[in-house]
Formats: sequence, structure tokens, C-alpha cells
Amino acid sequence: MLTIENLSNEIDGKAILKGLSLSINAGEVHAIMGPNGAGKSTLAYTLGGRPGYAVTGGGATFLGKDLFEMEPHERAAAGLFLGFQYPVEIPGVSNLQFLRESLNSQRRARGEKELNGGEFIKLAKEKAALLGLDMEMLKRPVNVGFSGGEKKRAEMVQMGILDPKLAILDETDSGLDIDALKTVGAGINAIMRRPDKAVLLITHYQRLLDYVKPDFVHVLAGGRIVKSGGPELALELEREGYAEVMA
Amino acid sequence: MTTVALPTRRQEEWRYSDLEAVASLWPLPAPVRIDVAAGESAHHHLLQDAGEGVAVVHDYAIAIADGGRCDFHVLNIGGRFGRVTLNVTLGKGAHFELNGAIIGGGKQTLEIVTAVTHAQPDGTSGQTIRSVLGQHATGSYLGSINVARGAQRTDAFQSVKAMLLDRTATANAKPELEIYADDVKCAHGATVGELDKQALFYMASRGMDPATAKTLLLKAFVAGVFDDMADEAVKETLEAAAIAKLEALV
Repeated sequence: MLTIENLSNEIDGKAILKGLSLSINAGEVHAIMGPNGAGKSTLAYTLGGRPGYAVTGGGATFLGKDLFEMEPHERAAAGLFLGFQYPVEIPGVSNLQFLRESLNSQRRARGEKELNGGEFIKLAKEKAALLGLDMEMLKRPVNVGFSGGEKKRAEMVQMGILDPKLAILDETDSGLDIDALKTVGAGINAIMRRPDKAVLLITHYQRLLDYVKPDFVHVLAGGRIVKSGGPELALELEREGYAEVMA
Repeated sequence: MTTVALPTRRQEEWRYSDLEAVASLWPLPAPVRIDVAAGESAHHHLLQDAGEGVAVVHDYAIAIADGGRCDFHVLNIGGRFGRVTLNVTLGKGAHFELNGAIIGGGKQTLEIVTAVTHAQPDGTSGQTIRSVLGQHATGSYLGSINVARGAQRTDAFQSVKAMLLDRTATANAKPELEIYADDVKCAHGATVGELDKQALFYMASRGMDPATAKTLLLKAFVAGVFDDMADEAVKETLEAAAIAKLEALV
């Protein structure tokens, strides 16, 4: 589904990713762990196409297409979802408006029929219920006045509504208490654990991986993948720390 | 009425104007008079959507008698040059409320110029202006508040925000206070900004194409201006005109 080959990039002239390679197939859940400053969030933003994250070498294909030839909104329409570590607040634009415009933009780009108001509300209600988010929250402006946990739940509701092929979730577990972590974990499983979908979880900690079991775990350090393994690698990292495992 | 000389840039209220267009209209007719009787309420609005290349000036002289109230809504979007001026005098305990939006593109020059005089005590006034300017457009708000000696407990505010879609567009905001009483509240704020890049990327990451995303942010920026309109039909007309203009700009 996603093949990253020898990817390098720069932010403000500073090299962050230095020849990163990773391959993700449909039906798989991958976790990327790593110390602060390793380039985890940079990887997520680069794949999502955030302005300022210039690719300087290597490349990536997503569902057979050159990922970096696509604009950010085209990547989303092709099935990529980027979960933000810090979801952005948009005053004056309600979640429902935001999501309906997003979904219909994607559907237009794919040549599908747009959803009308009624169809969209039905879908939004269903996904909000799945994540335990009050529908009233979706009538409020995007992320404005939401707690950290509410923002992450709202992100997962967005993912449920947009129904991507690949979700790249950047520290979705940060700022969550145990109950919210369980709900968000169950949401990820319900929405994304399917043979035709894949997940790339980016996280500092093992705890989210108790709820969303990864098939593969990678350690990102110094801008490249330095170690890969199965779920046991995450436990080993938690027990012994990055320095020990990477040594 | 005696003929007045053509204005020049030295005059503050004409500083950012399109003087060539003004000359083509000179001399200007007398302003439209609005008198609000004591204790009465009045609602007025202006949709300035003149055709391409047209120059227009709309002058208003508004007098609000003691305890009266006047709500004025303006959408200034049309023509090559569109100028709206409001000269307002408030009696004791009177209220004036202006909500205005300027949306311009191309080489348009669009202006809202106000002079609000609190002549008596206990008057209140509020002015909220939102401007969206693209390409080579110039949008200006020049607003003076004059509080006469003895007009104690006056409470007035001006809130002016402009959004530039291109670095070639110009926004001028000039709130001005002249106060001769000592027990008054006058607040003013002016900001000029650009669309939030973080929000645009967030919207793109959800699949929204750039034009849709920009329009949605701009609608949110301008939306509050027409919120409190009493007449739903007029409100819808102004909102629809504003949205159509925004969509044409992005």
C-alpha cells in the first residue's frame, strides 16, 4: 500500500530524515517508536505534504501512485489520513461543516456522488457514537475549546467519516487518560482493522499498543529506521529504553 | 449648496480614495438623511454591488434622537470605486450600531468612512468591520468617534479586522478618537492578517480542495457581520452576495 524508499528531507535547510525506507501492506498495522527528535512527526508531516517539509531524496508510492506528486488534498482523496498530534482549531467553522466539505471534496475528486445533508448527518452520528463523542460537540467549531482528549476523539470521528485506506496517526495517544485511550484504541480497530486498510502508528509509548496490536514495530532514530521487529520489540523498548535496544 | 473644491489626498478622509473616480462623480449630491425619533428604533442596510467599472458614493447623515436606536448593515463589494460614508449624531442615551463588510478584488477601491458624534450623555455606539481583499484591491475603514464636552458615560467601540488574500492587496484601518468628556469608555482594535496556514493544511489533509477551504475560512471570518439582522430575507440576500463575491475571489 505504502512504499517509502530511501526518503530524505529538510526543514529550514536542516536534514531530518536521512534515507528512511519502510513498506506497509494492506491489512497491516505498523508502529514507529523512537526517542524525541528522531524525526517521527517529520515523517508524518512529510507523508501528509505539509508545506515547508521539502523532500530532498528518495520517494514514496501510495497505492501505486507517486505520493509526492500529489497535493495534500489529493493524497487525502486517494485514501491517506493524517492524525495530528496537535489538531488545529478553526474558529467559526463547525465540525459538521468541516467534515461534510472535506468528505464531499474527496468524493468529487474520486468522481463519486456527494452526500446530501441527511445522508451526511446519519454517517456522522454513527461514527460519533462509535467514539463516544456527543453529537453536540460536532456542532461546535473545529477543536475550539476541546480538551486534549476530546480533540483526539474528534480526530478519530473524522477518520471514521472519511474512511481512509491508510491512517498515519501521529502520537494519537498523547494527552489521553486511560478511558479515552481505550475508546480511541477500540475506534482505530473498528475503523481500520480490515484486510484492505493499513495503519502507521507513531508513538513514544507502548501503552497505545496494548489496545491496537501492531504486526510490526520499527525504531526510528537519527532520521532512519534502525531496527524492526514484531510486537515484542515494543515491550523490549519499554523495558530497556531506546539507548539499550539500539546499542 | 455651495460648490466645494475637489478633495485631495491631504484630507484625511480622502487619503486612500480613488480621486480620479471621485472627480467623475463631483460634485456629490447631498447625503441621504435618516432621522430616528426619540425612543424609536430603525434598521437600515446598504448592498453596494455596483457593476464592474462603476464608481459610486453613498453618503448618509444620521441623527438619532434621545433614547433612539439605529442599526445599519453594509456590504460594500461592487464597482471600481465604492465609498460609503456615515455621519452620525447621537442624542442622550441613543445607540448606533454599524456592521459592515468590504470584499474586494481586481483593482477595486472600497471604503467605509464614519464620523460618530456623541453629542449628549449616555450614548452608546458599536462599529464592526470585516474586510477581505485580494489581488490589487484597496479596502479602507476610516472611523472617527467624537465625544462632546458633557457627553459623559459615552460607551463606544470600533472593531476592524482585515484579511489579505494576496500581498498585493491593501487594507487601511484608521480608528480615531476625539474625546472632550472625562467619564467615557472608548475601545478600538484593528488587525490585518492572512489566512491561517495551519488551518489550510489541516483542511487539505482532510481532503478539502484549496478553493473550498479558503472560502470556508473567509465565510467564517465575515459571517458575524450579518448575524443580528432583523429581516431574514434581507440577511439572506446580503449573505448570498457576500458568499458569491468570496467564491469569485479565491
